[in-house]
Amino acid sequence: MPDITNKSLTEIVDLIKKKEIKSEEVTNSYINNIKKGKKLNSFITESFDNALTKSKNFDANPNYELLLPGVPLAVKDLFCTNGIRTTAGSKMLENFVPSYESTVTSNLWSEGAFLLGKLNCDEYAMGSSNETSFFGNVINPVKENTVPGGSSGGSASALAADFTPATIGTDTGGSIRQPASFTGTVGLKPTYGLCSRWGIVAFASSLDQAGPMTKTVSDCALMLQAMSGFDLKDSTSINKKKENYSKKLTKDIKGLKIGIPKEYRVSGMPNEIEELWEKGKKILKEEGAEIIDISLPHTEYALPTYYIVAPAEASSNLARYDGVKYGFRSSKGSNLIEMYENTRSEGFGDEVKRRILIGTYVLSSGYYDAYYIKAQKVRQLIKNDFDNAFTKVDAILTPSTPSAAFKIGEKKDDPISMYLNDIFTVPANLAGIPAMSVPIGHDKNNLPLGLQLIGKTLGEQTLLNLAFSMESKSNFKQKIIKWWEK
Amino acid sequence: MSEDKSKYLIDGIQGKWEVVIGLEVHAQVSSKSKLFSGSSTTFGGDPNTQVSLVDSAFPGMLPVINEYCIEQAVKTGLGINAQINSYSVFDRKNYFYADLPQGYQISQFKNPIVGEGEITLDLKTGTKNIGIERLHLEQDAGKSIHDLDPSNTFVDLNRSGIALMEIVSKPDLRSPDEVNAYVKKLRSIMRYLGTCDGNMQEGSLRADVNVSVRKEGDKKLGTRCEIKNVNSIKFMQMAIDHEARRQVELIESGESIVQETRLFDTKKNETRSMRSKEDAHDYRYFPDPDLLPLNLDKNLIEKIKKNLPELPDQKKERFIKDYSLSTYEANVLVSEKEVAAFFEEVIKTADKKLATNWIIGDLFASLNEKNISISESPIKAKEMVSLINSISSGLISGRAAKEVFEVMKDTGANPVKIIEEKGLKQKSDPKELEALIDKILEENKDKVSQYKSGKDKLFGFFVGQAMKVSGGTANPQLVNDILKNKLK
Repeated sequence: MPDITNKSLTEIVDLIKKKEIKSEEVTNSYINNIKKGKKLNSFITESFDNALTKSKNFDANPNYELLLPGVPLAVKDLFCTNGIRTTAGSKMLENFVPSYESTVTSNLWSEGAFLLGKLNCDEYAMGSSNETSFFGNVINPVKENTVPGGSSGGSASALAADFTPATIGTDTGGSIRQPASFTGTVGLKPTYGLCSRWGIVAFASSLDQAGPMTKTVSDCALMLQAMSGFDLKDSTSINKKKENYSKKLTKDIKGLKIGIPKEYRVSGMPNEIEELWEKGKKILKEEGAEIIDISLPHTEYALPTYYIVAPAEASSNLARYDGVKYGFRSSKGSNLIEMYENTRSEGFGDEVKRRILIGTYVLSSGYYDAYYIKAQKVRQLIKNDFDNAFTKVDAILTPSTPSAAFKIGEKKDDPISMYLNDIFTVPANLAGIPAMSVPIGHDKNNLPLGLQLIGKTLGEQTLLNLAFSMESKSNFKQKIIKWWEK
Repeated sequence: MSEDKSKYLIDGIQGKWEVVIGLEVHAQVSSKSKLFSGSSTTFGGDPNTQVSLVDSAFPGMLPVINEYCIEQAVKTGLGINAQINSYSVFDRKNYFYADLPQGYQISQFKNPIVGEGEITLDLKTGTKNIGIERLHLEQDAGKSIHDLDPSNTFVDLNRSGIALMEIVSKPDLRSPDEVNAYVKKLRSIMRYLGTCDGNMQEGSLRADVNVSVRKEGDKKLGTRCEIKNVNSIKFMQMAIDHEARRQVELIESGESIVQETRLFDTKKNETRSMRSKEDAHDYRYFPDPDLLPLNLDKNLIEKIKKNLPELPDQKKERFIKDYSLSTYEANVLVSEKEVAAFFEEVIKTADKKLATNWIIGDLFASLNEKNISISESPIKAKEMVSLINSISSGLISGRAAKEVFEVMKDTGANPVKIIEEKGLKQKSDPKELEALIDKILEENKDKVSQYKSGKDKLFGFFVGQAMKVSGGTANPQLVNDILKNKLK
């Protein structure tokens, strides 16, 4: 049997629908790859038995009408999965087994997919290199000793290494797009509210959004269609009809206006990124889009704003991990307060603690107005910037990240330089608008680089079309040699 | 108005002190399910049997507002003549406690659903208006149980997430009596509206009591102390009295009041410091990002307004106007929705005056004695009507009616039946009575002659004898007439 694991999700779905391959065969192929790829540490929990049972069930009673018929999928370990351990990359939830299924994964399963395993991520999705996970760092398949980005690092790594035909991540400040860029894959952060947050371990509620991570743009459209949808259980969910992104996917982008924000040209950015951006502009122009210089004047405040809003919400969201009801509890301490202190000291890693401290600080009386309120005001200004820009353009093109994937350990002890990784991605989260990263080229070390497309609220189709067009013209090819199998 | 008598003042060494009180009432919203989850709110369930994944704050769980609770809060707001805010925000109040699963309570801080309002109290000295600062919605916490085990605390989350309305008064109350009237009036309004059952034993209504004192005549407010979570009116009154005296003593001995939170020890009848302002929690309030701001539809508010039931004050006015009741009678009869309904049911077919007297008098006395509410009364409106009509029709005397009532209050039996069984039917046959009186006069010849020689007072004696002999069934009016005639 030929290896199908290097194929795209769309191709695999086609093969299954044409009955050229069985779900069980597909599943076994991926399991085989995963078993050979333990070195990458991309999985926290494998659910091979579950996957094989489900694949056999599918083959015995196939329904080819579904979007993801008989497709095994590994997902970020931030999505709660019924009966299967969900850790959020934390010691706090090392042995936590939910009795419920997140809406987004439920949506995938009801389209015929099933769970292959749970993918590594930064602890509570706080990190940009997957080095904050309690379960160890993840390696980028593009190069040994290189980070896959974060926080959806396990997802990006598993996808690029052919351990899963597609995956899902969550993106609070770039956690889908930055790892996608680092691994030469496609990642989309949808409009806030397009995918339900119900059943996803919360990091920062007003910013968190689940999204697809795929090998191709067509796959991205398919996955987004399957996972999105209104959910009564999430008050911030958008009540609208489901879109058929795949059906409307087109390379015809003639006449679309693309904004190039001057503020994204930051000092110290490698030439390669500049060149990549130029390449992107050139492609779009050749395909008939109009390139327009724009300004997003408050861009420079996005990162500091993000690092107030996100930790503030996180400090409150993570208060429930107190050792009382579920999860880790320290055996030390002689009263309630000591139990809390020991549980949270031992159960959380450094980065999580750092953000809880920042968040608690900025919400404290006396500092609230100066930090939290000010940040909310700036957040509104950043939204206004985008609103203004979108009166002139249909989408915005920027680099996804200021650099290619860096070495493991390189920025681990320098939080600020780590945070700077998100400089291009956080504005879309603050504004609640969709943004995606598309692989466009490589740097001189053969590390992949992506460009980011930012769209209007619910402008996912436009982004997908632009990305589809760029994908076909960029000649981007993965250069991964499966070094870990040797 | 006898101003001085009615005033509640603390006598200190340095003079008289006025007590200033403000109440934060926590009223449980009458709703089958919780504020942000579908769990049941039934009281008395086994521990942790009415808890959803949301109430116990499992990872990834999100709150979804219960619209019925919103309507209940709006209704209550309208009932206390308050401003309804079409825009309000749910905030997180962050603190750690074992019975607070989220690590924060969802409440409303800067933008409550209901703004300023007013309640009118009917006091012995007249009416007094008490200002309402605000009403906001919030979640209740669970319950920590410390006394089941020497080394462990148990947590029951049945209450966790139940909707509460916090109703904050202005510092307009001046005495334990006013507090009593305020809580009762507020409870009455909410019960009329069906927004809170007001059951203090079950914790549906509790209050934090803010107390400060100032020299009589002073305009400036003193430093206040907050007495937390008092769950009966009696305890509120005791706590206020104790706390006010404690503050006066402190100030007069040259010390100053420290703003703090205190607990009322019901056994020792004293308040104790819980935490000072310096130790006060920094709750780090911020808008809950899981919930969108609440935008109330104007039409919804209008719809609720249109469907408001008649409230105690309106009912009182109507009772006075339509049934010629005194203010006192009307106040008593409207204090409970069920009492008013009982009264109106009775007077559909029975005399108003008699009904008023019997309900306020004998019926209330028997309910108080049994410590039950009117809805639990064995005597239903139908039987009350029957009793009153037996009196007005002359079937029984007022005295016999009391006897009938004694049986009714325990059994709820039909009064006509009791009258028959006990032979209490009034004797109104003149011939029968004449014979009876003749016999009495015959047996008391000496008294008859005394009467005739001018001892008028003996008339009462003959009446008494007639009633006694007839077992109370003789029609008193007829007895009078016959006696007067015979003793001429």
